[in-house]
Amino acid sequence: MNFTSTIGLEVHFELKTKSKIFSPSPVTYGAKPNTETNVIDWGYPGTLPMVNKEVYRLGLMVALATHSHINPVTHFDRKNYFYPDNPKAYQITQFFKPLAENGYVEVEVHGKKKKIHIHEMHIEEDAGKNTHGTNGFSYVDYNRQGVPLLEVVSEPEMTDPDEAVAYLEKLREIVQFTGASDVKMEEGSMRIDTNISIRPAGQKELGTKVEMKNLNSFEHVRLSLAYEQKRQQEILLSGGRVRLSTRRFDTNTGKTVLERVKEGDADYRYFPEPDLPPYHIKQEWVDEIAANLPKTADERRKIYVDEYGLKPYDANVLLQNKESSDFFDATVAAGADPQQAANWMNTQVNGYLNEKHAELKDIALTPENLAAMIKLISDGTISSKIAKKVFAETVANGTDPKKYVEENGMAQLSDESVLAPMVKEVVDANPQSVEDYKNGKDRAIGFLVGQIMKQTRGKANPKVINKLLLADLASR
Amino acid sequence: MNYLNETIDSLNYKLKSGAVSADQLAKDTITNIKKTDEKINAFITVDEDAKPAEDLDFNNKLAGVPIAIKDNIITNGLKTTAASHILYNFEPVYESTVVAKLKAAQATIIGKTNMDEFAMGSSTETSYFGATKNPWNLNKVPGGSSGGSAAAVASGEVVAALGSDTGGSIRQPASFNGIFGIKPTYGRVSRWGLIAFASSLDQIGVMSKRVKDSAEVLNVIAGADDRDATVSEKEVPDYTSFLGKDVKGLRVAVPKEYMSDAVEEGVRKAVETQIELLRANGAIINEVSLPHTKYVVPTYYIIASSEASANLERYDGIRYGYRAEAKNLDEVFLKSRSEGFGDEVKRRIMLGSFALSAGAYDKFFLQAAKVRTLICQDFDKIFEDNDVIVGPVSTETAFDLNSEISDQIKMYNNDILTISVNMAGIPAASVPAGLSETTGMPVGFQIMAKRFDEGHVFQVADFIERNNKFYEQTPAGLED
Repeated sequence: MNFTSTIGLEVHFELKTKSKIFSPSPVTYGAKPNTETNVIDWGYPGTLPMVNKEVYRLGLMVALATHSHINPVTHFDRKNYFYPDNPKAYQITQFFKPLAENGYVEVEVHGKKKKIHIHEMHIEEDAGKNTHGTNGFSYVDYNRQGVPLLEVVSEPEMTDPDEAVAYLEKLREIVQFTGASDVKMEEGSMRIDTNISIRPAGQKELGTKVEMKNLNSFEHVRLSLAYEQKRQQEILLSGGRVRLSTRRFDTNTGKTVLERVKEGDADYRYFPEPDLPPYHIKQEWVDEIAANLPKTADERRKIYVDEYGLKPYDANVLLQNKESSDFFDATVAAGADPQQAANWMNTQVNGYLNEKHAELKDIALTPENLAAMIKLISDGTISSKIAKKVFAETVANGTDPKKYVEENGMAQLSDESVLAPMVKEVVDANPQSVEDYKNGKDRAIGFLVGQIMKQTRGKANPKVINKLLLADLASR
Repeated sequence: MNYLNETIDSLNYKLKSGAVSADQLAKDTITNIKKTDEKINAFITVDEDAKPAEDLDFNNKLAGVPIAIKDNIITNGLKTTAASHILYNFEPVYESTVVAKLKAAQATIIGKTNMDEFAMGSSTETSYFGATKNPWNLNKVPGGSSGGSAAAVASGEVVAALGSDTGGSIRQPASFNGIFGIKPTYGRVSRWGLIAFASSLDQIGVMSKRVKDSAEVLNVIAGADDRDATVSEKEVPDYTSFLGKDVKGLRVAVPKEYMSDAVEEGVRKAVETQIELLRANGAIINEVSLPHTKYVVPTYYIIASSEASANLERYDGIRYGYRAEAKNLDEVFLKSRSEGFGDEVKRRIMLGSFALSAGAYDKFFLQAAKVRTLICQDFDKIFEDNDVIVGPVSTETAFDLNSEISDQIKMYNNDILTISVNMAGIPAASVPAGLSETTGMPVGFQIMAKRFDEGHVFQVADFIERNNKFYEQTPAGLED
């Protein structure tokens, strides 16, 4: 018997704001527990939420980038549940009128293009974080309480794990290139819940769904969904029934484990948040955001390949994240040759970042300095060998390459009127090499170049030397 | 110091002229409160360390004037309990906007007044700190939920007090105590620091013996606030500018539903006397109908309780307030809430939780929200042709202590004349209309106006006050 799978995904993105969604507390990843909180985040009696407007703006960017319908009037609702990390015992979210609905992303799976539709996306506050100590105590960190989230809910229309992962990759890329979120799964700025049900092929009615929460990587999404497909099939084939439940993916065994069986949908007693009036989203504002939307990865890829002539592979490396693509664009904008800039970004710069476990924003290198260095190479001022030294300096200390080269006398000697007499002198002093050259031993050239380099302490432009040397030898 | 014969103006004059110092005034006020409270229990907390602001500027009418605050309004560093066991020891670490504004106007915050627990009740009998008594008759309730503020003003403990009104909690106790009390338009006064009962209905207001004193205090506390998204940015007029006017040509609507047989005879007569007074002075009296009045009680109790059920979920015994002795975490939650909340609060949490639950939501909460819209439309229609709506505040005068506390349906139904105002978000006040011929207790005359039209409310209230001079009467219960 064949089975059809139905997969839906709920993805939470932390929106990149300076302060929380409903309070002025700052948001900094990794801050000391409870240092970025105030009376609003603690749910103190008498406090009220005020919406951080930036949250709407970032949410709208994602809505626009996913071709979603933006609700002209949106409002918040209370979702009631009691838990120690939830200080008001309700979460302020959007249930009745989400920010946007009916969007889609286009993916390519197994060589076929497919639109995956987005049911809705809404903004909400994150909860605090519970940790359980080994000393019998549990701890709550409210730094995360009130961090703005955008939850993107797909239609349940993916049919295999590859499609689910393709959707996630595309969604991450889209969101990342709007700049609305850092989309770092390891820091929790992108979190994934999945649900999957299977049914015999041809059957209309959907099977019972199983949910999996907080998957840590795309690979875990793929593996857990594949495992569930198989597990649920075996149950159905043996005449059993899949139970409505939440399961956890065990990364050690590669299996999913039952967490809890659900009797039905939880009753969150949603109702409109009376402390926040409905919000009217003006079309002019949406138009303004749309006009200033950063280029998507697809748009950038087209420019890199078609205009700059980069290899698709190199373009994709640059497009791994928005930071590197932005850095590359800025380097090109500062006058660097795109191919050269791509080579340096994808080899030396990435190498440096890997070595230092750093990100572009953490290091001293600026696009302007990288461009300046590339220009010094292309105009012959420095050799690629010297360039390595210049790069090491500017990447570590942010030094201006031009100034550094000048101050350290690293500029190449390219002036023929200076080099020609030196060439003549070296050739005169080495008759044996001339002899060897005449007898067809090309290696002799290398020796003569080396001698000139020695005299100029490596600063002579090898291209010019070669040219002068060949001319000189030919004349003898 | 007793304030029965004082006004903010008279105090301002005494302070400015040096007849009394602000320090002395604060001390004398505390001494008098302690003495009077032995009889009426109007205060939960008196701030023994209350100090007037430094460098008093007597151009501020409130400079050095002691003001009392209902105990569901946050006072930084001063215990704020909402009259609940669950917050019996809660010392806030931030300031409410209204208190910050009063302090900026150099008022002296003298203490926190008693109330029904979390403002749920109409008699101040559900307070964890014991009932407040009516200064006109110590065997009667002061009304509620702002019963402490009302009794404190009526007995002369303070010249003015802040209250809050979710379904009549300023107007009904003002009426029962023979004082003035105004619930401003929803969104006129910031709720930042008001411990929420029903967020879409709650509004802070003022209670005082004299109409002008409430206008002075409202001038200070009203206006925009970037901590409350529901507060209006509309400019605040000088409310004293509406005083001293006549009522000639004023269009006054009297809803027939507010003058039915359900209203006690003594109340109805006193109210009719005021209507005749207005008519005799050139006001145009129109009988109108608020056809959805019969639905307001269930509608209100569904909406208010639903919001309350969410607002009160945060009290879990962990971060502040009462924490029960318990063996494990779940028991902390369970016992703290079981022991921390009184019966009336629990009843409303259960009612609200039910009204929001799957299956019930459409039938109860959503339906109530629709009726609320109809109630708003009733008012809009009347205000097309009328400046104010008038009628009684309550169907009755102050009732005996312990007489209704066990009959919730009766107590809830008594709110019928005040709660529509909260659902429509309009301003309304209670001004004394004399004593009931049948009970001898004070009767309140209610004046309602369009949203943000507090001006007409003050105008009519001031006119009534000038003509019946009820403020000259002294509460009988205070005589030794």
